[in-house]
Amino acid sequence: MSAAPTMVLEIRNLRIEVTVRPPGEKPRDILIVDDVSLTLQKGRVLGLIGESGAGKSTVGLSALGYGRGGVRITGGEVWLNGRDILQGGAKGLRALRGREVSYVAQSAAAAFNPSHRLMKQVVETALHHGVSNRQQAEQRAIALFRKLGLPDPKNFGQRFPHQVSGGQLQRAMTAMALCAQPDLIVFDEPTTALDVTTQIDVLAAIKDAIRDTGVAALYITHDLAVVAQVSDDIMVLRHGKMVELGETAQIIHAPRQEYTRALVSVRSIAHDEQPPTKQPLLSIRNVTARYAGRDVKVLDAVTCDLCTGQTLAIVGESGSGKSTLARVITGLLAPSQGDIVFNGKTLPARLAGRDKEDLRGLQMVYQMADVAMNPRHTVGKIIGRPLEFYFGLRGDEKKRRVQQLLDEIEMGSGYIDRYPAELSGGQKQRVCIARALAAKPRLIICDEVTSALDPLVADGILKLLLNLQKIEGVAYLYITHDLTTVRAIADSIAVMYQGRIVRYGPKSQVLTAPFDDYTDLLLSSVPEMELGWLESTISRRRMESAGH
Amino acid sequence: MTRRRIPVSALIGLLFTGGFVFIALFAPWLAPHPNSVVVGDVWAPASAQHWLGTDNIGRDLLSRMIHGTRVTLTIAGLATALSFGVGSVLGFVAAVVGGWLDQLLSRGVDLLMAIPTLIFALVVLSVLPTTITVLVLVVGTLDATRVFRLSRALAADINVMDYVEAARLRGEKTPWIVFSEILPNALTPLVSELGLRFIFAVLFLSALSFIGLGVQPPDADWGNMVKENKEGIVFGIPAALIPAGAIAVLTISVNLMADWVLNRTTDLKGGRGA
Repeated sequence: MSAAPTMVLEIRNLRIEVTVRPPGEKPRDILIVDDVSLTLQKGRVLGLIGESGAGKSTVGLSALGYGRGGVRITGGEVWLNGRDILQGGAKGLRALRGREVSYVAQSAAAAFNPSHRLMKQVVETALHHGVSNRQQAEQRAIALFRKLGLPDPKNFGQRFPHQVSGGQLQRAMTAMALCAQPDLIVFDEPTTALDVTTQIDVLAAIKDAIRDTGVAALYITHDLAVVAQVSDDIMVLRHGKMVELGETAQIIHAPRQEYTRALVSVRSIAHDEQPPTKQPLLSIRNVTARYAGRDVKVLDAVTCDLCTGQTLAIVGESGSGKSTLARVITGLLAPSQGDIVFNGKTLPARLAGRDKEDLRGLQMVYQMADVAMNPRHTVGKIIGRPLEFYFGLRGDEKKRRVQQLLDEIEMGSGYIDRYPAELSGGQKQRVCIARALAAKPRLIICDEVTSALDPLVADGILKLLLNLQKIEGVAYLYITHDLTTVRAIADSIAVMYQGRIVRYGPKSQVLTAPFDDYTDLLLSSVPEMELGWLESTISRRRMESAGH
Repeated sequence: MTRRRIPVSALIGLLFTGGFVFIALFAPWLAPHPNSVVVGDVWAPASAQHWLGTDNIGRDLLSRMIHGTRVTLTIAGLATALSFGVGSVLGFVAAVVGGWLDQLLSRGVDLLMAIPTLIFALVVLSVLPTTITVLVLVVGTLDATRVFRLSRALAADINVMDYVEAARLRGEKTPWIVFSEILPNALTPLVSELGLRFIFAVLFLSALSFIGLGVQPPDADWGNMVKENKEGIVFGIPAALIPAGAIAVLTISVNLMADWVLNRTTDLKGGRGA
């Protein structure tokens, strides 16, 4: 050990281009990373943060000398362990990938080969590079499994990828990356696809493993609260350029750039809880549902109410039955028991039995705006169809109303002839909201409408939804796994777990102690933008479980 | 918006296919001799008067080729239109409605496809009179089974998209879902399939005519012209090769166009590709 810190990675003036072929135009080159420089010392973690398209994954992969999908590194230098890897050629890159630098991908489920046991895949790199023999590598893998908190570390490697959970698989992938004892690991959104309750364990495991092995790491994410827990320094990227680079504490507490300030202060929306009214708009009464051919109750005696002009948030992790509840309310899935009462009338269980007026009053906005709009219809047709269908509007009258709706969602009438492919992610979601509004509904079901969007864009959508609620008096059934959003917009909350509602009531009541076990776990798992949050939460849990 | 240049192969395809269509449209004015009048010796070689020579009983081969183009293209064109009209609509409806209707249509199509097409046509045509209408119906129905399969698969993919669900939740009826939500998104693969199915119709019709169940003499079509002149090949007379060559050229040129349409999929406005 020398006194001077060892420099593991140094990127100088990196410049990365990609050739795009827009329809009907000449192919042209686009600069996706422009003049980015960074240094990383042994044992340090640098967080790369930015919106989608900011170039964070591209910068991360350049540390492996790799460009994804026709991306070319056209300028700059990438120095790893004292040599420029871009000059090494294909053979040089092969020798260092996996050995000196390794990669942990976002979707572990897609990154593991489903037909080999985990152990074989975890030790493969170490054997391939001749770091150790099979026995040593397997010993090391077992030690890593133990360190990462995987169950039964001795036999864990004998399982196939489908036999372990998503969170465990993500940790196994971290073990795979660490097995060949690399000097640098690139983590590319390793916890984004996980539920919050799982995310916290994986984060803690990754952080411990980084500290214990002394490896350097690049941690790529779009979630500032997550990156604040694991990294020493943070680099903020936007449109391929560096916005700000600094120590984590400085970025969180004293951001220098306007854009970073916006990122830090995101979710500043406040919405005062409304008291429940006497007559609910929507009553879900004792609803139980199963999918055809299976005996499992996806929904088990679910009961809750939603008042006119208010927001009921349905919260839970994936598989808790939130989206199934939406399918039952809309009539896509008939419940095996229970009723849906809407606007004082019991709705027929099946979609086919409902009349036009029932359908008009209850609209839906989807998670993926991309596939929620017909790619061959223009914005004008997408928003215009409900007007034509429910109100019989035609010609100029319809066009005027479409323009009015476009104004309401803060998009100009210039978009009327555009196709969905020509809109940005946030604009697409706005058009979907306009389509729902066009029917003048009493209730809009929002199924994870912001979870596919960048934080700043999502913020805009939430503000729009709240605004529209004030103007139009529409109620929202807001399905989400994101508790920060719930805090921001809900009037009442229902927490779902394994098809049941485990906690239900006005927001202030649901979010105040005493909690039931599951709600406590869920609430305490949401990363907060506060240094040391991860450690304090984990140690508090350990103390609690020791106390029991 | 500037248009991407049409590739050379597609241009060749367009040129030849366009030529055939032109000949079919203006056949009576283009042909130097009537269709079924003996004007010279049997199997006379090409000359200034008969550019392609004469056939097995002394009719002008060029004139019969021109009239044959009209007959072949008309029957194949109508049969293809029929197969696409029936096959695609039924395929879409089967996928969208599902349930017993889907079962009924799909198993019915399986039944038709289980019988070799030529045998099926043989049986039907030996009972019914061989008129152009019957030929169009037989070729069109048999081809419709293939189109049904493709359309049903395409529609099943599109049917699970959220925008179709959104239309359903709005209360839209099946015709809107089929023609407004599904059809525009299935159009590109269907159009490229159209070219291929047209060619299969030409080949199938030629095969039927070759075995004597297709277009009846004295009307000319490429298949029965091969049949009439096939004995000549033994004596070194190339008369049978000319209609055979025409079938080959049409097949290749239509395929070149179909390839081009398929490649253009991604540049259509609002297209699904990147």
